[in-house]
Amino acid sequence: MSPTISCSSVYKIFGNNAQTLLSESGGNVDAKKFQEAGCIVGVNNASFDVNQGEMLVVMGLSGSGKSTLLRCISRLTDATSGKILIDGEDICLMNSKQLIELRREKMGMVFQNFALLPHKTVLENIAFPLQVKGVTTENSIHKALEMVELVGLKGRENYFPRELSGGQQQRVGIARSLAVEPDIWFLDEPFSALDPLIRKEMQDEFLRLQSVLNKTIMFVTHDFDEALRLADRIAIMKDGIIEQLDKPDNIVLNPATDYVKKFTEDVPREKVLKIESIMDASDPNASGEIAVKKDDIIETVAEKILNSKETIKVVDEKNSVVGSINPSKVIKVLFGE
Amino acid sequence: MNKNYLDIIRSSKPAQFGILLIIFLFLYHFIPQNEGNYFWRLPSLLGFIPIKLNEIIYAALYEWFPLKVYDPIFEMYEEKAAFREFTKSISKGLLFLITFVRELLLGGDKIIDIFVSDAWLKENDWMSWPALPWTAATVGAFLLGYQLGGFRLALLGGIGSLYVSIFGNWVPSIQTLSFVLITTPICFVLGLSFGIWGYLDKKVETALQPVLNVMQTMPQFAYLVPIIALFGLGDHAGSIATIVIATPPMIRNTILGLKRISPEVVEAGLMSGCTKRQLLFKVLIPTARRDILNGVNTVIMQCLAMVVIASFVGAKGLGLNLKVALNSLKIGKAAEAGFCIVLIAVILDRFTKAWANKQVDYFENLTFFERYKLLIIFGISILIFSVVAFIANGYFDKINYLYVIPIEKGFTFAHYIDAAVDWVWETFFYSLNSFNKFLLTQVLGPMKKAYLGMPVAATLTLTMGVAYIIGGIRTCLLVGGMMLFIAMSKYWDRALITMYMATFAVIMASLNGIIVGSIFAQTQRGSKFILSVCDFFETFPSFVYLIPVIFLFNITDTSVLIAAIVYATVPATRYTVWGLNSVPPSLHEAGTMSGVSRMQRWTNIEIPLAFPTIMLGVNQTVVFTLQMVILGALIGTEDLGQLIFGALSRAQDGPGVAITLGLFVSLMAISVDVIVRKWAEERKKALGLD
Repeated sequence: MSPTISCSSVYKIFGNNAQTLLSESGGNVDAKKFQEAGCIVGVNNASFDVNQGEMLVVMGLSGSGKSTLLRCISRLTDATSGKILIDGEDICLMNSKQLIELRREKMGMVFQNFALLPHKTVLENIAFPLQVKGVTTENSIHKALEMVELVGLKGRENYFPRELSGGQQQRVGIARSLAVEPDIWFLDEPFSALDPLIRKEMQDEFLRLQSVLNKTIMFVTHDFDEALRLADRIAIMKDGIIEQLDKPDNIVLNPATDYVKKFTEDVPREKVLKIESIMDASDPNASGEIAVKKDDIIETVAEKILNSKETIKVVDEKNSVVGSINPSKVIKVLFGE
Repeated sequence: MNKNYLDIIRSSKPAQFGILLIIFLFLYHFIPQNEGNYFWRLPSLLGFIPIKLNEIIYAALYEWFPLKVYDPIFEMYEEKAAFREFTKSISKGLLFLITFVRELLLGGDKIIDIFVSDAWLKENDWMSWPALPWTAATVGAFLLGYQLGGFRLALLGGIGSLYVSIFGNWVPSIQTLSFVLITTPICFVLGLSFGIWGYLDKKVETALQPVLNVMQTMPQFAYLVPIIALFGLGDHAGSIATIVIATPPMIRNTILGLKRISPEVVEAGLMSGCTKRQLLFKVLIPTARRDILNGVNTVIMQCLAMVVIASFVGAKGLGLNLKVALNSLKIGKAAEAGFCIVLIAVILDRFTKAWANKQVDYFENLTFFERYKLLIIFGISILIFSVVAFIANGYFDKINYLYVIPIEKGFTFAHYIDAAVDWVWETFFYSLNSFNKFLLTQVLGPMKKAYLGMPVAATLTLTMGVAYIIGGIRTCLLVGGMMLFIAMSKYWDRALITMYMATFAVIMASLNGIIVGSIFAQTQRGSKFILSVCDFFETFPSFVYLIPVIFLFNITDTSVLIAAIVYATVPATRYTVWGLNSVPPSLHEAGTMSGVSRMQRWTNIEIPLAFPTIMLGVNQTVVFTLQMVILGALIGTEDLGQLIFGALSRAQDGPGVAITLGLFVSLMAISVDVIVRKWAEERKKALGLD
């Protein structure tokens, strides 16, 4: 199956003669040289795929180009060069009519500062993408009501955005982006403007939604913990370059560069690593009463393992045994070398 | 050593200003005052401008692009200039719209006359649209208010309409209202279109900016003569004058509002799959609606502020009544008409705001009757009151009070006001008079003399020097060019008189505004209170300010100056409060912890930080003052305004003179604006406020 989103050698360079400078450099872009020439490098040679139903979290500090990358893929800005395929079609070549069609059918986006229309109520905001598509008022409001229920805002349909808290406003933003039932869901630092407690709650809510909806997601954040918590895969960006793109546990275990290492150093391993990464696979016939799954995060099953005195078997999704795990390994992870 | 002095001068602005002052005084004293000396007065090399402008206007009206036009009366083709036909059709269209609204409410046969022949209409004299009885109109205003904003607005509309009716101002009020109802939407559409265009195209915005600057600083009077020449006299001419004056703020508000939208909202619109048109009408304009509505509000206020001035070109209504009353010094009558204007302004203001915030309810499931309940009640009440009024025709012999209460028969409180004014006049005559005399002989007289005794070389050196020190060489050349333009006309002396009046009023108004603003801005409640007072005073048409001062100080410079000072204190106060309120609370706290007293906090923290904003207020004060000083020509001053006013009665060379003089006033305001804005920007940058 071909990937839902596929980027190859995507560049975004801001400045007047970006195009010529880029073709002169032959794809080998040095940010400093470009800056001297009056150009700012936003995205530097990004190539990656996102598969159907996968959540890719793009993580980076401010100015790393992560939002720019997202905007290239949604074509809110035009990439300077490169190919961006959505379901096999290059969006850089689309005309505005095709683009509008694509956004109306396939894409939804959530913004950092909510970007709700201040003159519309919760219900009208959510129904908005449907209404610009030409859905009748009755049907769009009906659908919007469903969405209100989905994001847990029932009873506040007629509130204006200004009357809602930040968390509630972002729920509206989420509902709006989902109203057209898009395949691809873009989220641009959706929880960054929220209080830490609300942020945690919204992340849980988000995971719940994703388990129901199973969209293809690109999620941008500057918060490494958030990335670890949510991602199927993480792309870490710095100065427009993707430093590493891998599964969360792999990034923690094998940081590719010093920059990535700085983020992973303080991460508690047990919160990231799965049983799979510490199990003993050489013993496929392990016996025992208790079993843990190989995809379980260590922290969640640590107590269970430590309470039993013996070796525990590890099973896969089909409940067939794939290895065993010894409590001493867990203790090692928990209390470190 | 020598180099050291130069360094000091280069780095210290006070030193530069000091040297400039010395040069200025030197020039002032040593340039001989005789007409042949070009350092004293420049020759009027640009005297041809008004004449040329006139030639252009008349050529456009009578010579350019002749078209064959069919004349139905003489049944033949005639050569007429295309431009003239164009202005004529605009006039006709506007007049039709205004008359249409007017007759819809007041009754009449002018609209019917357009569609049938005169002779037929004379034979069938029953053929006339019936007037709406004021009783039904009051019910209508009440219901409309209820529909828009509930019981409170209903009361406002109902009582307002009732007051207007029983005090006999029904007819002129409707005349004024019809004028506003037609003019406002035109200003709205024009302003919104240009604003959107300016927002979408950077080049258009750059081109619009100077045009808007000139339009907003031109004295309203200057437009009147050219408009008479182009469009003739009548309600439509008043409407056009108002459109010219009220559209620029609408354009500015639209651009401002659209620019303030956060880029994320635009992106959200795009990601929702909006087409360009949908983005504009469903996302951009509604999101900017607060600023756009402020624009509409300004337009309505401008329309009402213009009703008096529009009456000079033939607009009927409250403005005309006010002007007539004022001309015959009937203060009470004038105040009554003024009150009606303010009342209409307030009602329209509230109604439009409520309408803009109206919400759609998706869950109501109403029957036809429930949905149109209010409309049905209104229809029934029109029917009932019309029938009653019609039957009453037999009961009243001359005037049917159930249709209209004419102004002579309405209630009035004019004589109470007149009595109060008389009392003030009699009681304070001596003190007022001696104050007036003192001001004229001790302050204003010498000041005027000093301004008129200023050699042109000295004036130019001073203004250009200030511009150079504050804004650099570009500002200096810009300001110098504008001043030179005025100096090379034959109106320089008049311009100096305008400048002296403006200087005096600006200084006084700014001081007032800063003091009043500072006192009230100490507490949050105080700020809120004084800002709403400012709102209230700004709904007064500028003309209203002249009513009391004429009576108290006669027809002298004092009257005009006091009106100008009071009028211009409003923006000075407003900006002072804004500036002081924008000082971050953390700085207040830091000051308090450093142990400052209230006075120290004001002088050391609040005023320096608020000063850039306050200076922008002073900018507004200059514009307001110039408007009022020019308006003062109505009651007789001898500056530029008086010449503009005089041009009204000179059909031949009037338009050119009025435009030129208006432009001069505008250039003075813009010169100040350029310097002050530049300075405020630099201060803001230096304080890190941007």
